[in-house]
Parts: sequence; C-alpha cells; structure tokens
Amino acid sequence: MHEMGIAQQLVTIALDAIPDDIENPRVEKMNLRIGKLAAVVAHSLSFCLEVIARETPLDGAELIIDEVPVCLHCESCNHEWQTDTPAFGCPACKNGQVTMISGREIEISSIELADD
Amino acid sequence: MEINIQKRVLAKNESDADRNRAFFKEKQVFVLNMMSSPGSGKTETLCRTLEALMPDIRVGVIVGDVCTTNDADRLSVTGAKVIQINTDQFGGDCHLAAHLIESSARSLGCDDLDLLIVENIGNLVCPAEFDIGEDARAVVLSAPEGEDKPLKYPLMFQVADAAILNKIDLLPYLDFDAALAVENMGKVHPGMPVFELSAKTREGMEPWFAWLRTKVKEKLG
Repeated sequence: MHEMGIAQQLVTIALDAIPDDIENPRVEKMNLRIGKLAAVVAHSLSFCLEVIARETPLDGAELIIDEVPVCLHCESCNHEWQTDTPAFGCPACKNGQVTMISGREIEISSIELADD
Repeated sequence: MEINIQKRVLAKNESDADRNRAFFKEKQVFVLNMMSSPGSGKTETLCRTLEALMPDIRVGVIVGDVCTTNDADRLSVTGAKVIQINTDQFGGDCHLAAHLIESSARSLGCDDLDLLIVENIGNLVCPAEFDIGEDARAVVLSAPEGEDKPLKYPLMFQVADAAILNKIDLLPYLDFDAALAVENMGKVHPGMPVFELSAKTREGMEPWFAWLRTKVKEKLG
C-alpha cells in the first residue's frame, strides 16, 4: 500500500524541520492530522515509519494522530455540518451543491524534540 | 521543544499534479482519470470509448497495472496511441502518482492528442488520494460488485466527476439492485452523473460518449 511512500515523505519533511544547530536531535513525537476520509491506515503508517526512521533522529518517535472529522458546507443554503456516515447530501435543503471543508487531511502538524 | 510544521504530506504530488495541469493546458489536451476496482470492465469500456470517439477526437491512453502489458495490448488494437506503466518496478505501487503521468505523457507525445485517458491501477482506495493533474475523474462500478460499494469506498465516489455502472447485461442473472447502487452513489456524491451501460453489448454507452465529448469540447473550444 502507499503508506510507505507517505512515511517517506513524512520523514523527509520532519528531518528538514529540525534546526541545524541542535546537536544529536531526537524526535519523541510526530503530531499528524489525518482526515477520516483520507486513504491512510494508521497502523500501516506507523509500521512503515518504524522501518524508515531507523537510525535517524526519528527512530522510536511516537506517532500521535489527530483524526479530523468530515465537515461539509452547502453552497446553496449555507448549512454546515459534521457527518460520520458516507452520506454527503445537505440535510437542510436536500439538494444543494456541497463542498467538503475537512476530512481529507494528510498533514504533519509538528514534531516534539527530546530535551536531553 | 515543539517545532511547528503544518505541511501537507502529499504536497510534492500536488505540485507535480499542478505542473501536469499546466503542461496539459499548454498542449490543449483534456485528461480523464479512469478508476475502479480490478475486473470492473474499465479496459473494455475504454476500448468501446476509443472506437466511438476516434478519429473525430484524437485519443491517447496511459495504462497503469502492477504487472503485465495485457491492457495496453487490448487497447492498442483500437489504433489509439497507448503506453503502459508497470508499478512492480517501483515495488508494486497501488496507484499512479503525478510524476509518473508527466514522464509517460512526454514519452507518448501529446502534440497530436485532444484527449488523454489514464487507466489507473485497479483499486477503489488509493488512486482517489492522488491528484495526477487530470481534468475529470470517472469511476467504474460493475453489477457483480454489489450495491453498497459506493458507501464502502466513499472517497473514491466523492472525488469522481462521473460514475459508470457497467455490466448491466448481467442484471437478469444477479441479485443486484441497480437503483439502490445509483441511490448510494447519490448519497455519497449528490448530483454526480451515473451512466448505466454494458461495454460488452454496448447498451447505454451513448450518453457516456456524449458526456465525454462535451467535456473535451468545453476545454478545447
């Protein structure tokens, strides 16, 4: 699956964010935002990261995933709502043009370095 | 010490896709990304589509599979320019990424094309996540797969601009409720056009061809 490619991108972005002047950096946590509708499996991603992060400052880093709910907005009647089911029609006006405000994120919010 | 990053992980693919979009705009080519599960009849639907649209519309195809050139071989018989990508050389990738489309499109040559169709890897999950710089996306669902697939794979049906319900010639032999399948697609993506057809018997294909012709004309003028 593509979690390996995503893990590779995550490692690249995270390593790039570590300031050059920190000696022997060690990342304790990686904070991610993953939308409920995103095609990413958390435990696969975690496994892939474990493999790729070996012998890098990210080795052993804990993956913290903030799951972002699916929120939608109806362009026709301005109604906004959150949904847990794959039914994306507007519950207010029934047939409006709907856009997805959140739920598809695959983002890295921050990393936390060890204080030692 | 927390370091704030706030970056989209697929940003590289997104910028590759934007670059593709600019390239295809310069070349005046409409790009359709066709997706589905394996065995839905995508290739057969494409063969019929190529036969109907050519030569009035000049069509080329990029085909993605993990292994084999079977689909490219079938599509080449129509006379269209076809190039095959096999992802097993990349470890068996489950989707086509934007950078692969750029290199394949350049190898295929786009100067003599109006329409480029990308037949994506058979997979209802991952291809939905990867923008390749296309102008439109179509998802193919076939009758034997079941009415609830749009609800099980909402991202794919949400990002598609059109859906094809294929193999309607099998309806007399299946416990498949076509109206429910279409209703489920409507739940996930209200207002998305759905074309019920059979690539085998050619029943119902004209509205699909007309939709695609209109889309190409809208971009190319």
